[in-house]
Amino acid sequence: MMGGTSGLEQLDEMYESIILDHYRNPRHTDPLDHADVDVEAQNPFCGDEIHIQLTLDDDGKVQEISVSGRGCAISQSSASLLSEMLEGKDVEQAMEQITLMRRMLRNDNMTEEELDQLGDLVALEGVKRFPVRIKCALLSWTALEDALQERKGK
Amino acid sequence: MTIDVAKIRADFPILERRIGDAPLVYLDNAATSQKPKQVIDALTDYYTRYNANVHRGVHTMSVEATEAFEAARAKVAKFIGARQPESVIWTRNISEAINLVAYSWGDANVHAGDEIVITAMEHHSGIVPWQQLALRSGATLRIIPRTGNGRLDMDAARKIINSKTKIVTAVQMSSVLGSVNDVKTLGKLAHENGALILVDGAQSAPHMPVDVEDLDCDFFGLSAHKMLGPTGIGVLWGRPELLKAMPPWMFGGDMILEVSYEKASWNELPYKFEAGTPNIADAIATGVAVDYLSALGMENVRAHEIEITGYALKRLTELERVEVLGPTDNADRGGIISFNHADVHPHDLGTALDRMGIAIRTGHHCAMPLVRSYDVVAAARASFYIYNTTAEVDALVEGIKQVERYFQK
Repeated sequence: MMGGTSGLEQLDEMYESIILDHYRNPRHTDPLDHADVDVEAQNPFCGDEIHIQLTLDDDGKVQEISVSGRGCAISQSSASLLSEMLEGKDVEQAMEQITLMRRMLRNDNMTEEELDQLGDLVALEGVKRFPVRIKCALLSWTALEDALQERKGK
Repeated sequence: MTIDVAKIRADFPILERRIGDAPLVYLDNAATSQKPKQVIDALTDYYTRYNANVHRGVHTMSVEATEAFEAARAKVAKFIGARQPESVIWTRNISEAINLVAYSWGDANVHAGDEIVITAMEHHSGIVPWQQLALRSGATLRIIPRTGNGRLDMDAARKIINSKTKIVTAVQMSSVLGSVNDVKTLGKLAHENGALILVDGAQSAPHMPVDVEDLDCDFFGLSAHKMLGPTGIGVLWGRPELLKAMPPWMFGGDMILEVSYEKASWNELPYKFEAGTPNIADAIATGVAVDYLSALGMENVRAHEIEITGYALKRLTELERVEVLGPTDNADRGGIISFNHADVHPHDLGTALDRMGIAIRTGHHCAMPLVRSYDVVAAARASFYIYNTTAEVDALVEGIKQVERYFQK
């Protein structure tokens, strides 16, 4: 028979159990009636869609979070992990995490401390070995970064 | 088998390739086909033996290059049933062929109040050039819808094509659904209303016999790279009287007759539409690709693909969690099958199958409106050609089952 069976084991590098868990049970999916940050993003390459809504308090700290969408396991689990990351963070801390996440997927030299700071997000590190899928992982992160930067500019 | 697949496979060096540990199972032929060594050798032969510019020099190599270049044009003309080789214009690909018609013929003939008719199955290259022509001219773009089972709605076509219609454009085979459309009837409807028809042969010319005279169409386009030829070259065929009346679209060397600083006059067909040094090597190699297909016989190519598509449809529809997007009956259908898995996103499926050496396409297939009409944002697509086997279909089906189990773990 054609097609090896061993090949799928390599997939574990990308589809860690945390990722599959977030894909099947995404967190913070209930939409918000009112949002201070409201951003939608699409990846035209594969048609993935993400919708992020946040409310912020007067100090710029994230209060309520909603992240939903449809697409592949990588884009959707990454968005769900993003929603968890945002819990209790302020805008500046969120931007810091976004930068770290981007660096991890670009394969920048990361210190132990920086990887610790990423926490569960390290589960997404394996995606860097599948270059065409990095965009999937970054879709929600880039969208949020743009929205937060735009807000800062106002 | 109507063609000797084992013998054919031996002509394609790339089929020896392994992806990781697995042998390559190439099922992305609707995107681009692989090339036989005869085509690859033709490129090397031109560059190593007689590389020279065409239509200019009097030296031996220039004459040889010109003869091979024009012989390739004649081969393509014969391949699509065109009587005059000069009605075959080399372009970069079919996208450029469609743009040539939309700009040259379209800007001169389509005006405010006119209607341009396309089908719901067009590739982006069959949508956007007409959309832009409609914006430039003030004409209206109208779309022939598809039916629930992935066929063109011909009853709707009879209403949509009317006396305001200036041109109808239709894919002969859908690059997403595999449906083979009745472009002959669409052409008849167009002509009854004084309109023209452009047939997009990107997916049909590589896979089935095509005869532009029998189709009675006005324009026909194809891309060589989907039919064993190199990338970067395609063809526009047009009825000679139409091409003669059309203004040039691009200007430069080779397309002129006489030039002064004040004005210029245009060369005859086909050169009027071929400004600058053409893609000589790839045109010659396209002639060799056409020779290869002609030697197999397009009826035989079609028969092989009907057989393999029938088998693939049977095997894929046996999978409970898989849904085929296009027609599941094998009548009037080509070797392109788009499908979705209920639990695995096409991109995850594509990445996982790639680990097993199986190359399929995933995404919107450059036909966003059509894919979205199935209420999905993406799909997986397997597409077959002369070198594919039923064993490779089995590998795909077994692969999907393994991926299914992987994502259930």
